[in-house]
This record gives sequence, structure tokens and C-alpha cells, in this order.
Amino acid sequence: MNPDASTIAAGAPIEVDLSPVAEGQDIKVFWRGKPIYISHRTKKQIDEARAVPVASLPDPQSDEARVKSGHDQWLVVIGICTHLGCIPIAHEGNYDGFFCPCHGSQYDSSGRIRQGPAPANLAVPPYTFVSDTKIQIG
Amino acid sequence: MSGPSDYQPSNPALQWIERRLPIMGLVHSSFVVYPTPRNLNYWWTFGAILSFMLGMQILTGVILAMHYTPHADLAFKSVELLVRDVNYGWLLRNMHACGASMFFFAVYVHMLRGLYYGSYKEPREVLWILGVIIYLLMMATGFMGYVLPWGQMSFWGATVITNLFSAIPYVGESIVTLLWGGYSVGNPTLNRFFSLHYLLPFLIAGVVVLHVWALHVAGQNNPDGVEPKSEKDTVPFTPHATIKDGFGVACFLLLYAWFIFYMPNYLGDADNYIPANPGVTPPHIVPEWYYLPFYAILRSIPNKLAGVIGMFSAIIILCFLPWLDAAKTRSSKYRPLAKQFFWIFVAVCILLGYLGAQPPEGIYVIAGRVLTVCYFAYFLIVLPLLSRIEKPRPVPNSISEAILAKSGKAVASIAVALVAAGALFVGTLQDARAEGDLKPPSNKWSFSGPFGKFDRGSLQRGLKVYKEVCSNCHSLNYIAFRNLADAGGPGYSVAQAAAFAADYKIKDGPNDAGDMFERPGRTADYFPSPFANEQAAAAANGGKAPPDLSLITKARSYERGFPQFIFDFFTQFQEQGPNYVDAILQGFEEKPPEGVTVPEGTYYNKYFPGHAIKMPKPLSDGQVTYDDGSPATVAQYAHDVTTFLMWTAEPHMEARKRLGFQVFIFLIIFAFLMYFTKKKVWADSH
Repeated sequence: MNPDASTIAAGAPIEVDLSPVAEGQDIKVFWRGKPIYISHRTKKQIDEARAVPVASLPDPQSDEARVKSGHDQWLVVIGICTHLGCIPIAHEGNYDGFFCPCHGSQYDSSGRIRQGPAPANLAVPPYTFVSDTKIQIG
Repeated sequence: MSGPSDYQPSNPALQWIERRLPIMGLVHSSFVVYPTPRNLNYWWTFGAILSFMLGMQILTGVILAMHYTPHADLAFKSVELLVRDVNYGWLLRNMHACGASMFFFAVYVHMLRGLYYGSYKEPREVLWILGVIIYLLMMATGFMGYVLPWGQMSFWGATVITNLFSAIPYVGESIVTLLWGGYSVGNPTLNRFFSLHYLLPFLIAGVVVLHVWALHVAGQNNPDGVEPKSEKDTVPFTPHATIKDGFGVACFLLLYAWFIFYMPNYLGDADNYIPANPGVTPPHIVPEWYYLPFYAILRSIPNKLAGVIGMFSAIIILCFLPWLDAAKTRSSKYRPLAKQFFWIFVAVCILLGYLGAQPPEGIYVIAGRVLTVCYFAYFLIVLPLLSRIEKPRPVPNSISEAILAKSGKAVASIAVALVAAGALFVGTLQDARAEGDLKPPSNKWSFSGPFGKFDRGSLQRGLKVYKEVCSNCHSLNYIAFRNLADAGGPGYSVAQAAAFAADYKIKDGPNDAGDMFERPGRTADYFPSPFANEQAAAAANGGKAPPDLSLITKARSYERGFPQFIFDFFTQFQEQGPNYVDAILQGFEEKPPEGVTVPEGTYYNKYFPGHAIKMPKPLSDGQVTYDDGSPATVAQYAHDVTTFLMWTAEPHMEARKRLGFQVFIFLIIFAFLMYFTKKKVWADSH
């Protein structure tokens, strides 16, 4: 009952062109049936994410570890709440990040859990920068 | 199922069979001469009611499966077409969907009856545990069945529930992948849920056979909790129990029919009339009512894994009930303290159910935690403790003695429960919805109530408004031109419907040359969409596709709040959707009130949740010309088009209400006949 061959094939890596995404904007793409948020973060959002003491977080992880160095303005996360799988809304909540309308979990501008019942940060999917304006997810 | 029978059929052919397969003897000894305690009350008829419901669900389910397509792109549509086009499809679907609720209602009564009268105690432990297994199977079946229509609540319910398993350490993720058959809830998930939803009811039927077998070995418990000692204590199953069960089922059918014919959507969620969309989470995911107490327990525990464990233990703990409650006296009738705690437990379960449907914030979370503790305390503290400290009243020596000494009612206990429930309720209602969103006003609709009919003139005018205004942006995918001539619809003739269709250009093809071409519409065609696809619709409308209107009056709703929703059940109030649509059409205001700004590209509407709607004010006075002299005002347009959209959402509503009336007349007469037959049969047994 594991995924069949066509499902696996459809889950192959995808390429996303980042050039149309302006600073402060984000886009949602689907990969393997999951929504992936790609945020072009502002300077303020990056600074906020880096100013927080990592040890004080429920799921400690530094912002640097969640983005690719040299591409610090791009945050790529799977938009599925780690609580029970709803889709958080971008640019909402108290932390300039994501807010899940189902059970009230709030994530910061690095996609890290800050408040609410979710146990973990928003997952970062496997991805690489093919060029400065293009990433491959998967 | 109680040993060899000495039953001998008189017909030689039957005798021949009986010598080779003693099946008639089995039936005879299990359901005819089988001795049942004389003092059983009506709570014992729920066993028969449950068997009836299981049969009903399997029967309607098998027929529904003949018309259903288990594919993510087609499931929603196939259910809608089933309701619209299959002969009595609406009836089958209502019977099956409401039947699930009725099945759970009956099983809860059955379980609470067992709890109250101590039916789980020695020697009926295995019987009880088999019952818990049936209940678990029912929960799984019910959940998977709810996923099949593939609406928003189906999809997101499936997402939330399957994600519960990801809390299990180490193997959780693999289990979730196995459930999904992919990387997220999708078509493979729907397929396997359909397969299992078809399989599990037969497993339930199998365990029911074991359950009845175990029952017939141990014998039935009874309200006094003393075992039958002599022939005087029992009556033969047939005709006594059969006819009593028959009367019980007839009364239950009245309730069931009330839902099927008059309140089919009362227990459902409006969001499930919106097709599943993996990109949008409904703001408030609620499971079906029968899971709510357990959902409340899940949410009250702040840790994910602990929440899942808590939820499952709330059910599994029932298996240990025979050993948690060691009291010698079976029936709570003779246990003054257990009786009070039982009713408090019932109140706790109902309140947990109420909390499960509320948003997880503020006072609701705290109340949920308190009640979760109460729930487990009943099993782990109260029952073990009571069996040690309680002094039960003396039990009668035999059932016949108990019948002679009949007296004493549970009024006091029910009062205790009501006071407990009331106090807790007042506590939970304290938060008094501060935001106080403006609720749509309740309008007068020609189609409301048990004899409601569509106003033909209103339907025809509404169709005109749809055609001239709404259809520029909104599709009407589930309505074909032929429907305009259907009974209970706008009342056009077939020729009028054909002429109406011919005005439309329908894309058809490919032809022999391989090209698509346009031709005039036929009655079998569906209303064409204004846009080629959803992306085009979204692109032309500022990023959000205008919703299809076929089901809009069923897919929109608003909270009526407690206690209004209870009154609604009796007054058959079902018009939240039409009220909402009508209110939205009239709720536009040129200028938002002081201090409110709406984002660019949206318009202020006082009834729209959040008040910023993408749709510009669609209607203005005089925009559509009416030929019949009705006022050409926005209020009239809104009323007419809403009436029309109620018809598109439920074209067979008139048939439903008409058949409902006939069924009720029949059931009432039938129930009376059963009652008097039962009285006659039992005349010399009391």
C-alpha cells in the first residue's frame, strides 16, 4: 500500500523561477501535493528572525540553518502545520510569519514555531539553487 | 446459538434440510423460544434498532456504491449527480448520511444503557469487549465514509485524522504514508478509504454475530441486574421481545425520518458542499458530532503525542470497565451513588461534545481540560472507589419479585445531571462572543417548513437574474437545461426548456476533422461556464475564482448559537444558506463605516465574514426587467435569485417534503399498531 510508481514519478523534483517574486512577497507552489511557501523576505523579517535567542525557541534552530547561505532573503518551507496538517496563512500572526487558522499555531519569519500547539518548526523541503533566480525543489 | 435445539419442522422437505443443516433449529432456539427476562425496559430495544440500522446502512450503501465514482476529480460530482439524477438518489443519500448519525446515536444509548445497568459485569465481559470492538470499527467506518463525498470537510478531516498517526514515535510517518498512498491526502487515499469503507461494515456484521452469540450464552442482563432463576422470570423471545423491539424500531424510525425528510443537513457541515481544495484550509475544522467528545479530549492536551494517546485511551478504557468497576451489584438502580455519578458522566460527555465543536481558545480550552480530567476520573477513580465505599440497596431475590415491587423513579438523578450540566454550561458560555458578527436576518421563504414549495414565479424571475447578471462570472455546473422542465422546478415545459437551451452556444467535438465546434444548446446540456477553467476565472477576477452557484445556498451557513440550534431542530429551520446569500447580495455599502478600511480590489459588505469581499455590488435597482410586474428592486432580485439558487442546490426538495409527509403518516399508524399489538401480547406477562 505504499505509493505506486506513478505517484512517485509525479513527485519528481520541480524547478521554480524566483525572478518575479518581489521583496516582501511570497508564492505558493505545490510539490508532491503539498503547498510550499517561498518567501522573499525583507531585511526587517530577516533581522527579526535572527535577533531571537535560539535557545528560547520551542524547537531550537537558527535562521541560518533554515536558509541557504548567500540566499538569506529566500525562505522555502512546506506550508503544512506540524500540528495536524492544516495550511498556515502567510503574513499573519504576531511574528511576521505564518498563522494556522485551525488550532492557532504561530510561526515566525523563519517558519519556526513560536506559539500554539504545533510541536515543530515548518519543515524545510530539500532544495538547491540552480542559479541566483531559480531553485529546484526535491 | 444456545446449544442444540429439539426443534423439528413439520414439512418433510424442511426436515430433510434440518437433518443436514440444523439452521432452522438454530434460529428457533435463538430468536423464538430463547428466554428473555420479563422485566426488560425499552432501553433494551436498542439492540434490535442497531441491527436494523446496520442492515439499513449496508443496503443503502451497496446501492450508493453503484453510482459513486471514487476518484478525486469525480467523487464530489458523482455524489451530486447521484442526488440529482438517480431515481430516489436524494433519498438513498439522506438515508445513508443521516443513518450514520442515527447509528451512532443508537450505539451511544446502547452503551450508556450497558453502563447504567452494569451489563459489562461477570459473566458478560467478553460480550462487552466485543461491543467496544464494534464501536471502534464503526468509528473507522464512519470516518472513511465521511471522506468519500470529497468536500472540504472530507478532505481536511482526512488530513487532520491521518496526521494523528504521525505522532507515533519512529513508525508514525511510515504509517501515514501507508494511509495516504502518496505524499499527501489525495486520490490514492480516497480509493483505499472507499475500499475499506465497503469492507468494514461486513466485519462489523461478523463481530455482531459474535456479540449476539456471546449474549445468548450469557443471557441478557436486565434492569434489576439479577439473573433469571425460574420460568416465571422469563418470557419467550417471540412474540414478546420481537414485538417490543418492533415497536422500538418504529418509534426510532420516526426520529430517523425526521432527519431524512426534513433536516437532512442539520447534522452536516456546510463546508462539505464545497469541493475539496488542498490549497485552502477551512477556518474551522470540525469532525462529525459523534466524534466531538474525543476530539475535545485530543485538543485539551497541549502535547501532540499525549493528545493522541489521550483520545484513544478514552475509548480503550471501556474495555477495562468490567475490572475497574468491581461492585457486586450490577444495576445502578440499586446503587444510590453510582446512579448520580452516571448522570454526571453523561453530562460530561455531552459538554465535551459541545466543546469539541468550539474554536480552541480561551475558556473553551480550560473547560475542555477540566472535563477531560472528569471523563477519566469517572473510570479510574470514581468507579473503583465506589465499589469499595458504596452501600448498595438490597437487590430483589428474583425478577418476578422486582416486577411486583415496581416503584421509584430516576427523577432525582436526572435532576442532579441537569444541574451539573447547567452549571458547567453557564461556565462555558461566559465568554459571550465579543466580536458579535452581524448575522443575516431571517427572511420568509416559500420553501421553508414541512409543506414548503418553491414559488414558481420567483424561480423564473431568479433564473432571469442569474442569466442576465450572475452568469457573467459564476458557473452553474450541476444544472442542465432539462432540469428547467423538471417537476418541482421553475415549471417550464419541455419545449420552453429546449428553446431556452437553444439560445446558448455549447462547445462540442472533436468532429471528424478533429476540430472542436460550437452548436446550439440541447436540453441535455449543462449551463456553460463563463470561463474556460478555474485559472482563467481567477485571473479575470482579481486572483479569486467566483464560486460555482449550483450549491451555494447549501455551502454557506452561519452559527445559530446555543440554544437556538436546538429549537431549530423542532421548527425545521434550514434556511441559513438562503438567508446568507440574500444578505450578501443586499449587504454592500458604498462607504465602509468609520475606522474600517478594506484592501484595494475588495468591497465592503456588512454580512461577509471579514467584510472585504472580492465581488463588486452585483445588483442595482431596475437592472433586470421583470415582465410580471414584480418590483424591480435589489431586495426583490436578491430574494428571487436566492430562491432560484435554493432550487439549484436541491431540485428535489418538494419531492422530499411530500414523501416525508406520506412516510410520517404511515409510520405513526404503524407505530400505533405495533404498540397495541405489543400490549396485547404482553397482557398476561406483566
